[in-house]
Amino acid sequence: MAECGRVDSNTSHTMDKSITLPPDEIFRNLENAKRFAIDIGGSLTKLAYYSTVQHKVAKVRSFDHTAKEAAGDKLYEISMQEEVTARLHFIKFENAYIETCLDFIKDHLVNTETKVIKATGGGAHKFKELIERKLGLKVDKEDEMTCLIKGCNFVLRNIPHEAFVYAKHADSEFRFQTTNPDIFPYLLVNIGSGVSIVKVESEDKFERIGGSSIGGGTFWGLGALLTKTKRFDELLQLASKGQHASVDMLVKDIYGGSYGYLGLTGDLIASSFGKSATADKEFSKEDMAKSLLHMISNDIGQLACLYAKLHNLSRVYFGGFFIRGHPVTMHTITYSINFFTKGEVQALFLRHEGYLGAIGAFLKGAEEDNPNQYSWGENYAGSSGLMSVSPDMNPMQRARSGTFDMLEMDRLERQLVNLPLLQDPSSYIPDTVDLTEDAPAREYWLYCFEEALDGVVKRAVASQPDMPEAALRAEKFRQKYRHKLQTLRQQPFAYGSLTVRSLLDTREHCLNEFNFPDPYSKIKQRENDIALKYYQKAVKSLDELSWEEKQFALVRGVLAGNVFDWGAKAVSDVLESDPEFGFEEAKRQLEERPWLVDSYDQWLERLKGPPHKCALFFVDNSGVDIILGVMPFVRELLSRGTEVVLASNSGPALNDVTNGELQILTERIAAMDPVIEAGLREDRLLLVQSGSSSPCLDLSRLDKVLAMVVRERQTDLVIIEGMGRAIHTNYYAMLSCESLKMAVIKNSWLADRLGGKLFSVVFKYEVPVGKPNKDCGAFSPC
Amino acid sequence: MAFNGHQRDDDDIIDENETPSKQPRSDKEMPVHFRNEPNSESATTAGRATSDRRTSQSATRHRHDSVKKTRPPFPWFGMDIGGTLVKLVYFEPKDITAEEEQEEVENLKSIRRYLTSNTAYGKTGIRDVHLELQDLTLCGRKGNLHFIRFPTHDLPAFLQMGRDKHFSSLHTTLCATGGGAYKFESDFRMMADLELHKLDELDCLIRGVLYLDSVMSSGPSECYYFENPADPDHCVQKPCTLENPYPLLLVNIGSGVSILAVYSEDNYKRVTGTSLGGGTFLGLCCLLTGCSTFEEALEMASQGESTRVDKLVRDIYGGDYERFGLPGWAVASSFGNMMSKEKRESVSKEDLARATLVTITNNIGSITRMCALNENIETVLFVGNFLRVNTLSMKLLAYAMDYWSKGQLKALFLRHEGYFGAVGALLELLHPS
Repeated sequence: MAECGRVDSNTSHTMDKSITLPPDEIFRNLENAKRFAIDIGGSLTKLAYYSTVQHKVAKVRSFDHTAKEAAGDKLYEISMQEEVTARLHFIKFENAYIETCLDFIKDHLVNTETKVIKATGGGAHKFKELIERKLGLKVDKEDEMTCLIKGCNFVLRNIPHEAFVYAKHADSEFRFQTTNPDIFPYLLVNIGSGVSIVKVESEDKFERIGGSSIGGGTFWGLGALLTKTKRFDELLQLASKGQHASVDMLVKDIYGGSYGYLGLTGDLIASSFGKSATADKEFSKEDMAKSLLHMISNDIGQLACLYAKLHNLSRVYFGGFFIRGHPVTMHTITYSINFFTKGEVQALFLRHEGYLGAIGAFLKGAEEDNPNQYSWGENYAGSSGLMSVSPDMNPMQRARSGTFDMLEMDRLERQLVNLPLLQDPSSYIPDTVDLTEDAPAREYWLYCFEEALDGVVKRAVASQPDMPEAALRAEKFRQKYRHKLQTLRQQPFAYGSLTVRSLLDTREHCLNEFNFPDPYSKIKQRENDIALKYYQKAVKSLDELSWEEKQFALVRGVLAGNVFDWGAKAVSDVLESDPEFGFEEAKRQLEERPWLVDSYDQWLERLKGPPHKCALFFVDNSGVDIILGVMPFVRELLSRGTEVVLASNSGPALNDVTNGELQILTERIAAMDPVIEAGLREDRLLLVQSGSSSPCLDLSRLDKVLAMVVRERQTDLVIIEGMGRAIHTNYYAMLSCESLKMAVIKNSWLADRLGGKLFSVVFKYEVPVGKPNKDCGAFSPC
Repeated sequence: MAFNGHQRDDDDIIDENETPSKQPRSDKEMPVHFRNEPNSESATTAGRATSDRRTSQSATRHRHDSVKKTRPPFPWFGMDIGGTLVKLVYFEPKDITAEEEQEEVENLKSIRRYLTSNTAYGKTGIRDVHLELQDLTLCGRKGNLHFIRFPTHDLPAFLQMGRDKHFSSLHTTLCATGGGAYKFESDFRMMADLELHKLDELDCLIRGVLYLDSVMSSGPSECYYFENPADPDHCVQKPCTLENPYPLLLVNIGSGVSILAVYSEDNYKRVTGTSLGGGTFLGLCCLLTGCSTFEEALEMASQGESTRVDKLVRDIYGGDYERFGLPGWAVASSFGNMMSKEKRESVSKEDLARATLVTITNNIGSITRMCALNENIETVLFVGNFLRVNTLSMKLLAYAMDYWSKGQLKALFLRHEGYFGAVGALLELLHPS
């Protein structure tokens, strides 16, 4: 977004006073807001505040079954409770609205604890008096660069897919980078009116190692002189239409071709503006603007590379108003960096680059709350997404969505870290298909989620029968999510790489936003009840089998259980229309061996060897899946002498079993099954929460406690179950220990794509390369 | 020699009696001498006068003698055809014997007479008299080395003259470097029947630099630096030599800029380059001020004030930005003030020219300094025609090197700024490597 109209802001900032803000959509949760920070740039103001959000959560509580069996046959009780969570709000708007916004904040601010507002940015000085008068808060100025760096560290650490590479001519213009837990050291090249090059070595250690006076101000100032065009983004528009070769002297203009001896190609610029050294030729505005853009971008790129080389840094992030959301400048900077480093360094850009100063200023003010000790997550429901208001991306879009851009981040209750068993955390990509790049897949999944929306709304309403306004909220949810889907259709890159996971997560965020914390709670409860009744029978029939038959039956059990899934459209249709669809029926539906992906033989061979030390099992659905599929499998592992860590979601997502539910279920099973009982008692069976509330699984963002347990127990087997966790995500995840991925493909499109059919089975047992298992003969890991 | 691009027949008047405008002095530095006014009197066409002698037999004999002496035949030229300027060096033998004189073809004589008796050729050709090297011994011959330049876009006129004078009949090898040696090779062949011996420009540049630095024993030193670069009142030019120059960062500022790390006479690498060079300064100045020559642009720059155009650190922070050790006077944003409409309307052309000069110069300084650090080199030698009569830029570079490196880096300059490539080409003719 262009920081334009710097020079005209005096006139325009009084002009828009009459504007009416859609308050509930922009300054949300103001009544609980505290700790304000503001970053006022040349044309944009970024406001930050911290607030607490009260929303409903679904809790489960076990009935006391020994006292009375009468509680309507229910296994446990579900209750909706109010919970308070912390959220960071960031709002970006044009300086023109600043007065209106301050008035609005003043009127809605209930909290009186706040005494100061942290401020940064070039305009902070100019608006100091206005802010102090309007809000009655003391303006406390913070150093711009310090704020910028603090903000940068924060987004890099907390927002997956924050950084991206820009490739103009690729299938997907934005290639998002995976979050590397180790963000330091890096180089931040901030291109404002001038250029600052800052080396960041740790949270508190950074140094401005250089800079250049040729920056955005040079493009703007010189461009205005040359083309008589006043606005920054108009200059960029001009530049995007021009031909620089009519103004620049190219190598081929001097050599007639390339300078082969030095490997300089003919199209290389030998002298910027070299052809305009004449009094008797006119040049078009577009061509001059283009030449200027190239000159400045190349120069900045070159200096950035020289500094990166001198300091031996390979991660270089670019920001500042010259870059901010402008494909034109991102492209020229990228080109320059590629040229000067021969591809060794990639130019990286940030999705929330415009917010860095505000985030940093906020963090400075919130130091006593230690915001950095928490993990934060981008709330897709409350954030606008990349380029929501970019003028040169889509001018119509800008007019429609207004000029307010938002970012909301939720404080996560648990601190999230990498799974210690990832083979290479820096190259780990959770998602199997990047829908940003795969257009047909994107089409399909967007359609799929849109189709499923009615059903989700229906279930959301049904989950709250006692609440009459549920229908209205559900309708709001429908609008919000549909709008997100539409945005993603236009701008798939809005929230980082578009994936099935992000589509699912966005839906969960939207449901939470409208107080539908767990639409499946009652369904899960019912299914768990039913499944528990069959547990003993199931275990008994398994125990009657021979060892080898039993192993196969256990695997088939897990797979058949996994067919029970309300998240998959094909299955939810069957379940909804035929509630009698049973476990045995599911087994019949399963594909016969050889499966689509089948390394069962290797697994069986492995089982003949010594037991694993400890297995980490990421579980999936409630009901039949967890109780009749997973638990017998776990039971067998325990019997073999393997410790088992069951990792389940911290919060609800679809019909996935949550940690709270699993605690109760396991207790009930333990009451019937001495093996499970002993496992719990002897601390060989652990129930740990994953830290996630997603139907998918990001192994780079897991609960810190889980990571600790995994390390302590010397986990040597990871089992991942279900389509969301083992196919949509982690299908290609490489682990440093043995792993088993089991899933049934319950989506005919996906089955098609993978070369199988509906209910095809993926059974993928892997042993890390270069780590042959000494104990179990010669088998080749698949 | 008709170096002008406008071949007007009425210009073609021989004036054999034209007095050389100025005699070079080798005992002290010459004041800078410009000839950029069109000079129709000097635009002679000696070629036409000699055209009837084109079939002279003496050329053959002359060449034969020279070969015996393992010397190439006269005339001795070295040429560097750049993006903006053609640089030509010409060796004028002063030890011609009577016998030689007699054998010398008329073509050759007339070329010598034309070049040495004029200081301006056509509308745009200039002989830099103050750079002339006298009593030079080259290949056993004593003589004077002349330095001539003209705009590359007037090359067709030069070729036309070569054709008219039947330069090709002299059967000399024309050693040429610069991109134009490649670009115009076929033009030389077609228009003037001349074969170019093409040479790499960076090889020639280095050879030329090292040679000129070594031959200047008497007269003003080729190499100099600025003492007290931080103090405008005491900033003076001081002579020095390039003894033990290696490793050396050689920055050639022509239309564009090439930066070379030189480790020995024949061991060097091109570190990088930038397209923001002399061509950019002039190109932008022409667009911003309507001027058309380098001299005009420099003249304007000398009268302007860049701080009205540029945004300084103190304009933003009210003084130094202490946290990052940035002095208030440093430029924060080149042309940054021009974002404001009022300020755009209040600056003069001179201010704009000055700001352009300062911007380009500082940028070159900045890239150079980074290269010096990356390559671990402390001596920086700036050459190229951008520095011609451009003391402003030289002092700025000297200051920038000194200030930002805290005295670590030393900026050196050479008197023959832009002619080293041409000299290198001439040396290749005399001593093929």
